[in-house]
Amino acid sequence: MSTRSNTPVGHEAVALKGWFSAHRYLLLRRLSQVFFLGLFLLGPWFGIWWVKGNLAGSLTFDTLPLTDPFVLLQSLAAGHLPELTAIVGAIIVAIAYALIGGRVYCSWVCPINPVTDAASWLHRRFDLPKGWQPKRQTRFFMLAMVFVVSAATGTIAWEVVNPVSMVYRGLIFGMGFAWAFVIGVFLFDLILARRGWCGHLCPVGAFYGLVGERSVLRVSATNRAACDNCMDCFAVCPENHVISPALKGKAGDTPLILSPDCTNCGRCIDVCAVDVFAFTHRFDDRVNNTVTRAVDAPTEPAV
Amino acid sequence: MPAATPMKPKNPDRRRFLTDTARGAAGCALAGMGLAWLARDARALPATAIRPPGALAEDDFLSACIRCGLCVRDCPYDTLKLAELGDDGAATGTPYFTARDIPCEMCDDIPCVAACPTGALDKELDLFDDADMGVAVLIDLENCLNALGLRCDVCYRVCPLIDEAITLEQSHNPRSGHHAIFMPTVHADKCTGCGKCEKSCVLPNASAIKVLPARIARAEAADHYRLGWEENQPIVDELIDLPDRLPGPGTDNLQAPGGYVEEFKPTFKLPKGGVGQ
Repeated sequence: MSTRSNTPVGHEAVALKGWFSAHRYLLLRRLSQVFFLGLFLLGPWFGIWWVKGNLAGSLTFDTLPLTDPFVLLQSLAAGHLPELTAIVGAIIVAIAYALIGGRVYCSWVCPINPVTDAASWLHRRFDLPKGWQPKRQTRFFMLAMVFVVSAATGTIAWEVVNPVSMVYRGLIFGMGFAWAFVIGVFLFDLILARRGWCGHLCPVGAFYGLVGERSVLRVSATNRAACDNCMDCFAVCPENHVISPALKGKAGDTPLILSPDCTNCGRCIDVCAVDVFAFTHRFDDRVNNTVTRAVDAPTEPAV
Repeated sequence: MPAATPMKPKNPDRRRFLTDTARGAAGCALAGMGLAWLARDARALPATAIRPPGALAEDDFLSACIRCGLCVRDCPYDTLKLAELGDDGAATGTPYFTARDIPCEMCDDIPCVAACPTGALDKELDLFDDADMGVAVLIDLENCLNALGLRCDVCYRVCPLIDEAITLEQSHNPRSGHHAIFMPTVHADKCTGCGKCEKSCVLPNASAIKVLPARIARAEAADHYRLGWEENQPIVDELIDLPDRLPGPGTDNLQAPGGYVEEFKPTFKLPKGGVGQ
């Protein structure tokens, strides 16, 4: 964009809906990220062993096994047939994400998400050049590469470098130099490539995107008639190519954001001053064609 | 003029798609080579990092262990830990223990193996004495007190399989000339690699006896050599174990202890006048 608005993203929404409403899903997501990390830390920090393990594999209340299906598939590719416990755990996780959206993992659980969100926020603040932008499909090449390398080396290859599990395991079991990966991803996203890691390269996200290809929970641009083209949703969305088909679709096009790249983070709902977006299910393709712009958004910053 | 228009691609979208795909694939192939190098490199397990009981052979282990740490959580003695990136040398996030710090206590129920969801720790292991985490090796014969002829015996005394995994073998002490050396001797087929000997060695800092992975500590048997003393063992006792010919009662030579008969009379006579003279 050559003419970039100088008003901060979501400014109108804050002015109209109040700060908390305009950050509702952001706050909920941070709470969710802290909640899941907290569950794992209850044991080592407070001796309350409700959940043991980490994101790769865990045991809740000594009964519910959960396994990262991506890790388990790499194990299979490497030539190991896992025991039933791990397989059952992976199936449970896969079904859950297949229903609520695979990339819900990315935006509501993954510990790297706050890191890349912070990088993205700074990127916007300093108005940095977007830098290297590989194709969005690159992550699927990465995904294929991970399986090939797993098979070729007979190891669970991505776990050697995966910043996601590295950070979680680091916080729960001991960090070592895992923080270097956090800083690496942060700097990569800030300086080298805007939204580079999560949006273009991370094979974990690519995998979960495939898991949630037909997920039930979706964001819908139900109220798209009210859109005033402020572009805040495009600015804030980590995968903003998913918005156009739904928001700018012609009459008769579904308002649902059906791309599996959508992380269901809900930031578009937050920053929209006219409440175009809402969470719904994938069979609800109602469109509200009556323009209901209750209040006109202020055109000047309040401060 | 077909020769004048080759600059314009027939189908720019297709061309762009092919270029982008090739670029992405090449980049990922490059990244994959780096990752493969790292993954291979991660197999270099240091000798002091001992895997938990029942762990598959290292190559298989790295294809099976998802690094969840459930074995670490269920270890009642905080023996096991997950390797931290850059600090420990074992593949990052995989479980191991350092015998000199906290050895394995050889729990009867082997909770770490029970906790493993993937089978990286093999549930076939049900009796701890069959565990094979490594082999203790008396590695510093110059500083081991017993090897010097003193009676330390600590590694022998703390061994959970005392007189089986470690025995004290007596030998002459050539330095003093009239003492014995009680050499701690590890029997690899019994040793589980728990590391209690390494932990309790009284020497400062490093231990004279160390648990090493079997791949380092053990050689293969020389099957192409015939061990005569083993082959001479009777295969079926009754067939070969003939009564020993000894003097005294119960033998067939009561008249001549030692086989010597004083008044020996040969049953034939030599021709008179000597032979051939």
